[in-house]
Amino acid sequence: MVEHGDIRVVHRGGIARYCRFLCERGIFCCCRFLLCGSGYEVKVFSTSTEECIHDLRAHTDLVTGVLLRPSNHLQAYSCSTDGTVRLWDYTDGILIKTYVIGYPIYSIYTSANHSGVLFVVTPTSDKRSEFQLVAVHLPQSGDQLVEAREFSAVLSDVSSNPAATSFGRGGEYIASAKGLQLEVYFFKKQKPYRFFLKEDNKKGGKNTFTCLACHPKDDCIATGHEDGKIRLWRNFNHKKEYTYTTLHWHHSAVSSLCFTPEGTNLLSGGIESVLVQWRYNQESQRDFLPRLGAAITHIAVSPDGALFCTSHSDNKITIIRSSIQVSAVIQGLVKGDSVRTDLMVDPRSKALVLNGKPGHLQFYSLQRDKLLYNLDIVQQEYIHQSGLEQFEVVKAAFDAYGNWLATVEERKQKPTELELNLKLWAFDEQTQSFMLNTTISAPHEARITAMCFCHSTDSQTTVLVSVSKDGHFKAWQLAPATHTEDEGPSWSCDFVGAYHSLVPECCCFSADGSLLAVSFQEVVTVWSPASWELLTTLSQPPGAIRNLCFGQLTCSKYLLGTTDKNLLCCWNLLTCSLEWSTSMDVSLLLSDPFSENMAAFCCQAGCTDLFVFKPSEPRPLFSHKAVCLGKVTRAVFAPREKMLESCEETSQWLNHSQLYFVTQYMDLLTFTTKAEEDRLMASSKQLVISDSVAMTPFSVLLGKRSQQEGQEAASSLLAERTQLPQGSAAVRELLQTPAHVLPSTSFLCSMFVESLLISVTDNRKKGRTIYNYFIVAQQHFMSKIE
Amino acid sequence: MASFKPTKIPIYPKLGEKVTQDTVYWKNYKAPVQIKEFGAVTNIHFSPVAPHNYAVTAFTRIHIYGPFSQEPVKSFTRFKDTAYCGRYRSDGQLLVAGCEDSVVRLFDVSGKVALRMFKGHTKAVHVTDFTSERYHIFTGSDDYTCRLWDIPNATELNTYQEHTDYIRCGVTSKLNRDLFITGSYDHTLKLFDARVDKSVITMDHGQPVESVLLYPSEGLVVSAGGRYVKVWDLLKGGQPLVSLKNHHKTVTSLCLSSNGQRLLSASLDRHVKVYNTTNFRVVHNFDYAASVLSLALAPDDESIIVGMTNGVLSIKHRKSPEESKEVSHQQRRRPSYRVFVKGKNYMPKQDDYLVSKPVREYLTKYDKHLKKFNISKALDSALKPEVTVAVIKELDRRGTLKNALAGRDEKALSELLHFITKNMVDFRFAPVLVPAANMILDIYRSVIGQSPVVDRQLLYLQDLLQKEINYQQELLDVLGMLDTLFASSVPRKELLSQPHSDSFMLFVYFKFKTKNSKEIKKKGERNI
Repeated sequence: MVEHGDIRVVHRGGIARYCRFLCERGIFCCCRFLLCGSGYEVKVFSTSTEECIHDLRAHTDLVTGVLLRPSNHLQAYSCSTDGTVRLWDYTDGILIKTYVIGYPIYSIYTSANHSGVLFVVTPTSDKRSEFQLVAVHLPQSGDQLVEAREFSAVLSDVSSNPAATSFGRGGEYIASAKGLQLEVYFFKKQKPYRFFLKEDNKKGGKNTFTCLACHPKDDCIATGHEDGKIRLWRNFNHKKEYTYTTLHWHHSAVSSLCFTPEGTNLLSGGIESVLVQWRYNQESQRDFLPRLGAAITHIAVSPDGALFCTSHSDNKITIIRSSIQVSAVIQGLVKGDSVRTDLMVDPRSKALVLNGKPGHLQFYSLQRDKLLYNLDIVQQEYIHQSGLEQFEVVKAAFDAYGNWLATVEERKQKPTELELNLKLWAFDEQTQSFMLNTTISAPHEARITAMCFCHSTDSQTTVLVSVSKDGHFKAWQLAPATHTEDEGPSWSCDFVGAYHSLVPECCCFSADGSLLAVSFQEVVTVWSPASWELLTTLSQPPGAIRNLCFGQLTCSKYLLGTTDKNLLCCWNLLTCSLEWSTSMDVSLLLSDPFSENMAAFCCQAGCTDLFVFKPSEPRPLFSHKAVCLGKVTRAVFAPREKMLESCEETSQWLNHSQLYFVTQYMDLLTFTTKAEEDRLMASSKQLVISDSVAMTPFSVLLGKRSQQEGQEAASSLLAERTQLPQGSAAVRELLQTPAHVLPSTSFLCSMFVESLLISVTDNRKKGRTIYNYFIVAQQHFMSKIE
Repeated sequence: MASFKPTKIPIYPKLGEKVTQDTVYWKNYKAPVQIKEFGAVTNIHFSPVAPHNYAVTAFTRIHIYGPFSQEPVKSFTRFKDTAYCGRYRSDGQLLVAGCEDSVVRLFDVSGKVALRMFKGHTKAVHVTDFTSERYHIFTGSDDYTCRLWDIPNATELNTYQEHTDYIRCGVTSKLNRDLFITGSYDHTLKLFDARVDKSVITMDHGQPVESVLLYPSEGLVVSAGGRYVKVWDLLKGGQPLVSLKNHHKTVTSLCLSSNGQRLLSASLDRHVKVYNTTNFRVVHNFDYAASVLSLALAPDDESIIVGMTNGVLSIKHRKSPEESKEVSHQQRRRPSYRVFVKGKNYMPKQDDYLVSKPVREYLTKYDKHLKKFNISKALDSALKPEVTVAVIKELDRRGTLKNALAGRDEKALSELLHFITKNMVDFRFAPVLVPAANMILDIYRSVIGQSPVVDRQLLYLQDLLQKEINYQQELLDVLGMLDTLFASSVPRKELLSQPHSDSFMLFVYFKFKTKNSKEIKKKGERNI
């Protein structure tokens, strides 16, 4: 991450922070915890509460695999492309050991029969594109950091896909599939068997292997194929007399296969997002769990077989009971291929709003870093099938108070057959969500390029302006119901504008809503929304306008525009003249609605630079070179809950709001100041302390006590001074705070009791004194509560 | 696991008349009762007292009808010539009528012979009315005069000779005993005060005045003449308020609804129009078979009575609440009450543990098939055109439309073709059905000529498309003409105004549609 003075760029967004490598295999550790590799860390989730319990952070590169240690089920291995395998105690979140392998590791396998040996997939040293399966003998050593030196190659030319290799019954053999070849290596015979399939079968299906699973109790290998078939291989310890049976339900590639621990059922999943449960030996009987939301990428089963979990391509993990019922969903920021809608902030919930699941808008709470809900915009059954054109939400806009939401969905089969729908949603106070008010089908002849609400705070009517490639911009207005059968007011077209049959590109309302600026290629037209008169035109040829932005607050007299000929222009609307301009290749320009600041992202040589400035002066307030790799596609200023009081010049622009942006690789990033980070760190430390206090209050009390003993002996002076519990400042503060603003008592209790404890230097009386004080404190506490 | 999302059936905009509160109100009348009179019905007047009989003046007779009778309960026939303007007194006891022979006759409602005959006019008397104090009569005649008569003495009280043409309409004030208004063919309306000898206010209508109406508040007066209906403010000394021109022939009669919120006008163009009296927009329209001469509304708008030139009296009665409900909801047989409430009326006791039942989602037949990916069955089980089109669209989205259309026998294919030929020219469905038809032609190209039924339908389809293309071309011609008109009338501006762009979009749409139809036509020809 990039360091710059005291402002840092940090990643945001739920389970997998890197969309390019969505959540890696989730694995189960008993029924209570779920481990999942996510970016540079391993996350431990509780299966019942869906909360993240620990972040296991130590890897310096992407985590590629997580595995339970067969000999100790309270420990887990994780491997990463940084060339290390780490052993964790995941219940407490402690790193036990680090094995340095030295090569990037793409997957990891172990078996109970091979103790002290790890099987890892690493690239062959000469060619990066070829991979081999290597057995690593772990050295017995007490050190934290151990270098593993004893390698032996098992199989060469394997797939790097973790799902394509698996241990067979009792660890006797290991099976691996790549391309059209299935390879089984028997450890006793020390030799591999290879089975080949033809490229295409008679019906034109593709036979390529995609994944593989071995039966835990039987000599049977299940393989998934590109054409949706599942083959069950038996008798594969003979070169010629092997057999297989074929199961076919999936219509496209099977992406994951998994046997239940007893081997009674086989689970399979693919792009259809249907979890299929096949009965082993009774394959005609199947159970389905349809409509899981997105393509299934991995399936895992808990060691006792009571829970299944599927990870999906939209950054989601679903936990499923063995009775094929969904029990929990762990959802991060839903990530698609791109953010087609802008980043927006819902004025009511202050949540970040962007494309979510296909056809949905997601509301993501930035404060809690959690997905709030998905709003179904398209309201159509999503067909999970590749190559199918579906409706997608391409534009969305909120009005100033969050009472109205406008969305545009489009479906494009052929260039001539564009289907467009403009939908307007009203916020419903009762259900606390948006309800569909008006659907306008085919609002424009061609694609809508921009859409914005009038942000004036005092006007009675709300105006929505949509700008389209068909050469028109349209103003939509809420009109009262004219017919008796209508229940409420609905939206209708109020005005259609055009300018010299040029194609409009973007539109922007001034802060007070009295002006509308619409750019027509290189001309900016300024209209009055009250009378729909063309007031003036501004232009700075050559170069079509790319972005348009009005200044805010005291700078509202300025209109800023960027052109595709590397020019940033600032017009003064009082004089209708160019105030200043500068040569910059601005890819994205946006204004902070809570201050005068504007942010401009400039793309240069594969990196993006950020400039923050005020329209009144062309000198940047803050600039940051190389914010991230690639282009910044969308950005938004989100208001802060609490204003920061930083007076340093470089971080002042972050006082009122926070800048969030999305790169072309779908990373959601933001800026934080040093002070803020310190505060966050402090609070997370506090949480860690209170987290580890889990068991019973009494054991905790004693445990803590024994830990702190040494320190407290030194501060005996202090202890003597605070003899009476009432005298403690913390206690006073706690008791004087009104009860309704306090966190729950269970949360406070341990800290409170701790603060009441007075350390006693006299070792003889220690145990009894503590006990006494505990009683006193508790009584005191109870009486106060009552 | 999310539940299956059913196919969305889009709501298509309904074509034709928009349903408003007014249309609901004014459509809520039964089929009209038609009664043949002896000649053109010139006047209809309701008795102010219950049971609200009404007097119908037609040719030489005045018939009195009861509110629901189809036969006259009474008739006055002692007229020497055509009778005019039979009107009730405010107590419903007396009736006055003018006549072509210039004699004004006063009848007792229960009697037969005229109680009084007022002679003095020299020409036909077209207007008669009682003043509000009930003992005087006001008349207007073709001899350009209007007169006031005293009923007890049968003497003439006053004569006003201000109009310079026939006086064909007039009305007395219900609040002031001395005021009355006349309308004449000399294009003026005059407000007379019996206390002075001349008119107080004169209003120029601009056309021969056929009908005059006073608002219940008597602050406004409405006049009808020529194609115009005009509203005047009496309190501002007869200032014109509104001029309405919604009929294309002479307006003959005016009438207010019982609550005074709606104004009705009848015209020779065979229409009766209903206006909103706050903004004077037409909110409803009634059509009749012949030119309408007279119009009256029963108290509480219980019935609309219209008299026409062909002597037909049309009576529409308001539907009773039960009747209007019956039409809107067709009664379906429901499960019996006992079945319906089974187990539902059990009240949980204090320590009962309530197990909530998941709400079962009901899917329609085609959605059930879609859920199971039975695409052909889904297409077959959709019945209504909107639903079928929505299912075709959904199948197209799923990329399986071709599979669903393929593999059909003669019967199934002819059903499908029948549906397509029936609905393809509907502009709401065309964008979906045209590609589907293209697909059918592609799929079944090889079997064309094997089944006479299918071949006939394909030929019919070809015919239909040819017709549609011709039609669209004509429309385009018209649009071109309209565009030139628009271009010459609208001053050139930078921005496109709304109607203009609408026509433009219409144009584009037609262009698009024509292109599509041509495409399919070509295909069809190639195949057949």
